[in-house]
Amino acid sequence: MNEFFEDINILSIILFLPVIGAIMIAILQITDKGLKQVAALFTGVTFLLAILMFIGFEKSDGGLQFIERYTWIDSIKAEYFLGVDGLSAPLFLLTTFLGFLCVFISWNIKDRVREYFVWLLILQFSIMGVFVAQDFLLFFIFWEIELIPMYFLISIWGTKPPLGRREYSAVKYLLYTLLGSAGLLAGILVAYFQADGSTWAMMDVTNPETGQIIKGLPSYVAGLTIGMQTLIFFLIFFCFCVKLPMFPFHTWLPDAHTDAPTAGSVMLAGVLIKMGGYGMLRLLGIAPDVADKYAWLLILLGIIGVLYGAAATLRQTDLKRLIAYSSVSHMGYVLLGIFALQQVSVTGAALQLLSHGVVTGLLFAMVGVVYDKTHERRIPYLGGLAKQMPIACVVFTIAGMASLGLPLTSGFAAEFLIFTGSYNSDVTPWMHVYTILGIVGIVLTAGYILWMIQRAFYHEPKSQFDHLSDATVMERFVIFSLVASIMWIGIRPHYFTDLIDNSLSAIESIKGVLGS
Amino acid sequence: MEWHSISPELSMAVLAIVVILLDLIVEDKKKLAVVSAVGLIVPLALAVSLWGEEKTAMNGMLAVDNFAVFFKILFLGITAMVIMSSWEYINSKIENLRGEFYALILLSALGLMLMAAAREMITIYVALELSGMALYALAAFLKDKKSTESGLKYIILGGVASATLIYGMIIVFGLTGTTDLGGIREAISAGDGLREPALILGMVLIAAGFAFKIGAVPFHMWMPDVYEGAPTPVTAYLSVASKAAGFAVILRIFFTGFGSPEWLFDDWSVLFGVLAAITMTAGNVMAIQQTNIKRLLAYSGIAQAGYLLVGVAAANTAGQSGIMFYLTVYSLANLGAFIAVIAISNKINSDEIADYSGMIKKAPVLAIILAVCLISLTGIPPTAGFIGKLVVFKAALEPGETGLLWLVIFATVNSVVAAFYYFKVIKVMFVGEPRSMEGVPSGASLKASLVIATAGVLILGIYPYLLMKYADLAAVLVP
Repeated sequence: MNEFFEDINILSIILFLPVIGAIMIAILQITDKGLKQVAALFTGVTFLLAILMFIGFEKSDGGLQFIERYTWIDSIKAEYFLGVDGLSAPLFLLTTFLGFLCVFISWNIKDRVREYFVWLLILQFSIMGVFVAQDFLLFFIFWEIELIPMYFLISIWGTKPPLGRREYSAVKYLLYTLLGSAGLLAGILVAYFQADGSTWAMMDVTNPETGQIIKGLPSYVAGLTIGMQTLIFFLIFFCFCVKLPMFPFHTWLPDAHTDAPTAGSVMLAGVLIKMGGYGMLRLLGIAPDVADKYAWLLILLGIIGVLYGAAATLRQTDLKRLIAYSSVSHMGYVLLGIFALQQVSVTGAALQLLSHGVVTGLLFAMVGVVYDKTHERRIPYLGGLAKQMPIACVVFTIAGMASLGLPLTSGFAAEFLIFTGSYNSDVTPWMHVYTILGIVGIVLTAGYILWMIQRAFYHEPKSQFDHLSDATVMERFVIFSLVASIMWIGIRPHYFTDLIDNSLSAIESIKGVLGS
Repeated sequence: MEWHSISPELSMAVLAIVVILLDLIVEDKKKLAVVSAVGLIVPLALAVSLWGEEKTAMNGMLAVDNFAVFFKILFLGITAMVIMSSWEYINSKIENLRGEFYALILLSALGLMLMAAAREMITIYVALELSGMALYALAAFLKDKKSTESGLKYIILGGVASATLIYGMIIVFGLTGTTDLGGIREAISAGDGLREPALILGMVLIAAGFAFKIGAVPFHMWMPDVYEGAPTPVTAYLSVASKAAGFAVILRIFFTGFGSPEWLFDDWSVLFGVLAAITMTAGNVMAIQQTNIKRLLAYSGIAQAGYLLVGVAAANTAGQSGIMFYLTVYSLANLGAFIAVIAISNKINSDEIADYSGMIKKAPVLAIILAVCLISLTGIPPTAGFIGKLVVFKAALEPGETGLLWLVIFATVNSVVAAFYYFKVIKVMFVGEPRSMEGVPSGASLKASLVIATAGVLILGIYPYLLMKYADLAAVLVP
């Protein structure tokens, strides 16, 4: 089956289906409901194909699979190079999954429906592209394309004043991300020139027939002076740190997440910020000595992010803003995991990307459900909703438990791996302290999650909410699927960690960086 | 005889004269527009036929090489698009000077074509003045206070710039004894005796004279006022054709004339690097607070000139072809933007950005086209503007170990700043509420030119090879 998939260029098909869907939505003259159904159809088929691809994915092979490699711009040797391995396949699947669910989350949009779904589908296309692109230029282009749909989604369908500042948040998001991309482009170009302009590939690829290795750009960078390596490393990682986000470049996130429409927040928190983490994973081996030398800095900033993020979250009174800040905190664990430079902790970080995507996606979807019914996001004005909306309450609680890392949920699996790995790391003498501080962050997470659930759902029921219905059938479909995913990743994490582990071992440059 | 070598220019002159004569006879001025646009095919075909040659004409005065042909085709294309899109505007706003408008645009284009091909300083100057005179008059065509003021500003400041240019040329002539660019290069590299401050002074003055034309800071002061006051088709033309010609001449003078000894090369490379940095920063910063779309596009054009100057500072062949690619892409995007502005201001009679509010509901296609062109100017994939910036910055990173890395980082950060004001316009159009709900009609030829611009921007963004191979081939200058 794999050969069949490779022959028909399955990745390109999956990648471009949303684009075709977007074009259809743009031109078809049918009712708004019809447009939504078209969107659901296209994202559904995309998700289905992604599942098939994932099943066909050879778990024990750590290298790139379903490779498509064509010359694109000959004069600068840029290629149309796609491929998935254990690092990108779970995230790719996550993108198609959340993209599909987002169509249902957005079912109640009434205003400018056509444009909304066009932007949503193009956003999905762009993010999927980031995960499968293996050519730096292609990677950069997909990285940039997501800016425009996200900008429009936030500024047109986001939260209006006085509750939110959608135009401000959209511009802030745009400028921060562009600034990061400026660094990424500069870094890529410098690396490209040091490699004498011979390739833009992000990885070494072994030709299965001849056994010959086609070198990628990171291999060239490994041969440069330490000064040049440091420059390239920081230029490129600056971009990923803005995206992740890492303290102190995180200030765009609370605004963008809070003021985006629900589906926008789900895509943002669920997959968009994972692009940053994925970039870090993929390019960890680009400058091994530099990573080793400066790991302490990134771990420190990560831990500050965890604790500062958690502290800021405790102060929030807006439900959506609370969850947004919690994302800042959870992404700090990813930094801890990656830069502890241990196979176990990096695997945990990769799993955390996957887990957090699903968990936060669910949390934002739940906020959407609550807000749609009550029209109230401010926690002091909510209360006792467990009586009127029992299903919503239960699911929200499960999501909250996953967020704080209760065993049997995906959050626990990921965080446990990160902490085990980082405790054993020797990248800096303070590792034990950092790990323990990270665990303290979990306690703070428990604090704000439990407080939030108690205030919003328990206590005395309020009479103004008495007429509200519980989650609709469509909403239940969305939230139950997400709960199922959380449980599945939590109970059988090895399904994904095996993939990730194999791929980490297969990438020579990363293997060189990591400890045992 | 070398008729073939100068045939594009000759046919252009003939076309202009034909239009002037027809203007005397014909009542329906629309025919003049058609004649001008269709007539451009003749010089275009003749220019294309000169592709691949590498010789000089008229005793070394004109160069017939791929470089010149590329720019001629570019100017002719721009002229055609401007003529195609301006009929309704001209018809309503310049009732009694319609024939003169077309004739002057053609003559200005003729001057620009000569500028791109000239290899000899006096010819360059004459061509510059030819196109300049036509544009000075065109800027004042609306005959209202603003337009007259802009024409006057343009001619006075243009005169000063020309004087500076001539002064620089005189100095260089005095030192080298020849006005032929090839001869100048030989004279400079012949002996070290010419390595003196006077030469640098001459070079700087020449650079200053052309910096006026391309709108580099601090010689940009005329641009916002002239752009705002002139008729919008003239502004569109100025913003792309005039700028492209300025770059063509700069490339030719500095690569052919001052190209040879290493020390000279480094000197002007640094000069242009600094000029680039100042220009893009000033342009972007000043654009942020603009409320008039034409002024905003003027300042954005100044910043774009800054990015292009990075390619000049790179001082290598990759820089040349990069500039040519970027100029084409920039012309398409900027023309697209200006033509959309023409269409919209035809209807709402205003150039204020605030009046563009909610345009997505009133004229969705126009709004989307304007948005695509603005995104291309920002330099975001998958538009061609991104590829343009990529090739220019790539060229700048070539020389030395990191090349002009500081300049490239500067330029990328500037692009981020620029995103702010480009997206401000997009935001107003997409997010704001429309003032009134009437649609914005536009003629067929205007729509055609918009389609060409947008298609070009999007296609070249995904498949830039189509243009890049010609740009690479065109980086061949007759020595």
